Amino acid sequence: MEGAIVAAVVLAAATVFGLVRKRRDGVLRERRGNGMAGEPPDEQLLAVVELGERATLVQFSSAFCAPCRTTRRVLGEVAALVEGVSHVELDAEAHLELVRRLNVLRTPTTLVLDTAGREVRRAAGAPRKADVIAALGAAIG
Amino acid sequence: MQVDPRGQRFAAAVTTLVLIAVLVTGNAVLLAGQALVFAIATVGGLRLAPYGVVFRVLVRPRLGPPAELEEQAPPRFAQGVGLVFALAGTAGYALGADWLGIGATAFALGAAFLNAVFGFCLGCEMYPLIRRITTKIRSDREVPA
Repeated sequence: MEGAIVAAVVLAAATVFGLVRKRRDGVLRERRGNGMAGEPPDEQLLAVVELGERATLVQFSSAFCAPCRTTRRVLGEVAALVEGVSHVELDAEAHLELVRRLNVLRTPTTLVLDTAGREVRRAAGAPRKADVIAALGAAIG
Repeated sequence: MQVDPRGQRFAAAVTTLVLIAVLVTGNAVLLAGQALVFAIATVGGLRLAPYGVVFRVLVRPRLGPPAELEEQAPPRFAQGVGLVFALAGTAGYALGADWLGIGATAFALGAAFLNAVFGFCLGCEMYPLIRRITTKIRSDREVPA
């Protein structure tokens, strides 16, 4: 009997979690406490990322990650489409220290950096193309 | 190697049903069977995974070709995570520690259900997080110079 109750609770909780996740997945958000005037760019990030002229899309990926492929395609297309924007993909495993510093919890995580390398937006999960382009507006504008 | 993602969803759905049955009956043998299924998929690869074979033989011929294929490494790793929980749960039920059996099976059920219904692979997503924690432990253990 206990087990059946646990099963019902788990299924209900997983349904709620799944629905919330689905809504949030890939949405580019402004980071809290990271306003436009914001903090200086992360030096360690700048050390490994070659910044684009106007903005940079940094993608954290890992080997065991199916949506990373979709993200790579989307960000690559946007970088090709928008002048002065570069796409840099980092292997989370090879940059664990950086992953910790930037508090990257999942792959793929996408950071939109402005021309100085400050984080303007971030998305966990594969972002949609239109959303990335809109976020670039915030980084460039 | 690439696999049909619908096969993963199907396998997750079957796993979900099996794990619900385990929780309702508290049957250690059934959970051990599921552990074996996880083990075959983890060690032998998804081609040999029992539920994957059922999908290929019975379900796939009725469907069209897949829209896209995916790498087998992420779901295979997730099967390994499932194996750990299934083994812990089997040990729990078999040794009379029902709380361990129920707890471990509940985690595995949550993950399988999310995969089946939402196509969300918890085991795959956990991978970088697990790496973060394990390397942190290792670096904490190192003697400072």
